[in-house]
Amino acid sequence: MSDTLQILDPSGKKVGAAPRLKADTLLRMFRAMVRTRAFDERCMKLQRTGRIGFSIPNRGIEAVSVGSAAALDIAQDWVAPHYRDFGIMLYHGVEAEAMMDNMYGNAADGSVGRQMPVHFSFREPLRYLSISSPLGTQIPQAVGVGMAMKGRGEDGVCLTTFGDGSTNTLGFHSGMNFAGVFGAPVIFLCQNNGWAISCPVEKQTASEGFAVKGEAYGIPGVKVDGNDVLAVYRAVSEAVKRARAGEGPTLIEAVTFRMGGHSTSDDPSKYVEASEFKEWEQRCPLKRFRTWLIHEGKLSEEQAMAMEAEADAEMLAASRVAAAKPKPALETIFNDVFETMPKHLRTQADWCIGHYSSRGEGVDEKGEFPL
Amino acid sequence: MSELTMVQAVNDGLKSIMREDDTVLLMGEDVGPKGGVFLATEGLTAEFGEERCFDTPLSEDGIVGVGIGLALNGMKPVCEIQFQDFIFPAFDQIVSEAAKMRYRSGGQYTVPMVVRTPYGGGIRGGLYHSQSGEAYFAHTPGLKVVIPSTPYDAKGLLISSILDPDPVLFMEPKALYRAFREEVPEGVYTVDLSTVREVVPGDAAVIYCWGAMVPVATEAARRIKETRQQDVRVVDLRTLMPLDEDAVLQAARECGRVVVLQEAPRFCGYASEISALLAEHAVESLEAPVRRVTGFDTPFPNTLENYYLPDARRVMDAVEQVLDF
Repeated sequence: MSDTLQILDPSGKKVGAAPRLKADTLLRMFRAMVRTRAFDERCMKLQRTGRIGFSIPNRGIEAVSVGSAAALDIAQDWVAPHYRDFGIMLYHGVEAEAMMDNMYGNAADGSVGRQMPVHFSFREPLRYLSISSPLGTQIPQAVGVGMAMKGRGEDGVCLTTFGDGSTNTLGFHSGMNFAGVFGAPVIFLCQNNGWAISCPVEKQTASEGFAVKGEAYGIPGVKVDGNDVLAVYRAVSEAVKRARAGEGPTLIEAVTFRMGGHSTSDDPSKYVEASEFKEWEQRCPLKRFRTWLIHEGKLSEEQAMAMEAEADAEMLAASRVAAAKPKPALETIFNDVFETMPKHLRTQADWCIGHYSSRGEGVDEKGEFPL
Repeated sequence: MSELTMVQAVNDGLKSIMREDDTVLLMGEDVGPKGGVFLATEGLTAEFGEERCFDTPLSEDGIVGVGIGLALNGMKPVCEIQFQDFIFPAFDQIVSEAAKMRYRSGGQYTVPMVVRTPYGGGIRGGLYHSQSGEAYFAHTPGLKVVIPSTPYDAKGLLISSILDPDPVLFMEPKALYRAFREEVPEGVYTVDLSTVREVVPGDAAVIYCWGAMVPVATEAARRIKETRQQDVRVVDLRTLMPLDEDAVLQAARECGRVVVLQEAPRFCGYASEISALLAEHAVESLEAPVRRVTGFDTPFPNTLENYYLPDARRVMDAVEQVLDF
């Protein structure tokens, strides 16, 4: 990976110039990575025990999410995300409970239980655009979000994240092309985690990786070690700086590895060699950053262990609180289709509530599910 | 007031609202200095600059996807898809994204966007410059579908669509772009969405129609009046989603005999939905089975397009059948 930006090597040794970050920021980044892993592990347990229906493993990719998140100024910037990026939300102060609300699809969920788990949507504390299952659709949207800010003379940028598989979608190519033509302040962050469900990178593209794909659109491409949070931070920070200065978009390929299945419905042992997981375990983004922080004297072993225990407890507690919240009322099936509910939906909503409340199945006459 | 064609009324509508609301942007292929292939945006780059009326790459998915992003972040984009036949690369962005954004984000994110697109036959455009795909879109929860049939409505409905908080597919019957002129008021005015327009009064039967079929229905009603001295009502639906169902049911109850006219293929067309609505809710008022007059279930032909498109004679036959049932 000679053309790949790396600051910490897999053993945690500094091999490049570290970005100047305050100790609190470094610890906040580490803590977000630890919490990302804890959230992921809790969700896996909840899914395996039948408490939630689905999750998207985030193990192994934590540095890509957190390194990019730390480069943003959420007072003005937007994120148009894909589904494998828990760390961006956790770094920026989205409460674990709010994320668990989505995992459970309860009444407090940002999408009011309408979407599958992991399809988050937040407006506060950061503009984290509603996640879609069709891939790559967020990419041209990010360009529009960026063009709006540029048109108004604002300094904000939009970070859009996607996997290696999504570089084959219409959205990637149209989004990159528009961004190049209009000089939009957008950072395209490709999380190259090696797999598009079961299809390896070589079945996705014949090109030498993904960073080179910027060239045809007049967009600089940068390749970075995606398991090195400092390198991801540096690459994204530089791209943000360029975008704010009116120098246009950047494509960043963060090379990492998905240390699990595509989703909880997928069994990676059918197509990933066990040796490959073992090899990538050696490059664990958490271990690497932890080792360096301890070596630098910014973190102690005890502090790290306490942080991990605290994160596990936080996620367990958040899941319990979310689990106890009621289901959304039946009316929510019909709200938010349009700003104002048209008459045909009012008719359907009234019928639906009447039908189910008359059958003694736990639905009251308001269409709610009293506990 | 001046006498405008429909395409001039579209242009005037865009210009009028852009003068009042600087968040309105126009984007699409050739909509800039050239003014669009039908000249719907002629002169608008000159007046409002490239920032507000701009050419995009040839990329329908990009036009709508980027438009959604602009709408998410405070702008009111009006995206032009040059021909409705070319909209399908953007189908995902329209159907999966624009139409579902409010719903899937619990109202946190909304897409106040208009996609304008010329549609329909009558210009010798063959398979790919003639289609009427309204049914694909009217089937999509979260998307409004609006189709004008006169210059006055084109301007008023377009302005209402731009001011609407939800995404609107605004389908312009290109066969009517320059078919006739009518008085169109200056400046901003609106025609409410989800209202129908009674084009011809009558109570012997009713023809429901929209877009370029409205003049065809009107001609059929005129000839029925001439030959049989019976008054056939013509109702222009003009917003297909959300439809003013009450108005449709009321006209059917008052007339008792119904023809539904569309130029799109028959199977699963919008006319089928109207027929089903009447069968479910107005059957006690119907004196005859509902007749549909439609295009055929084939791709759209070029040389023989006049035999594909419903004409007044075909409509008259159907009206006579329901009158004589």
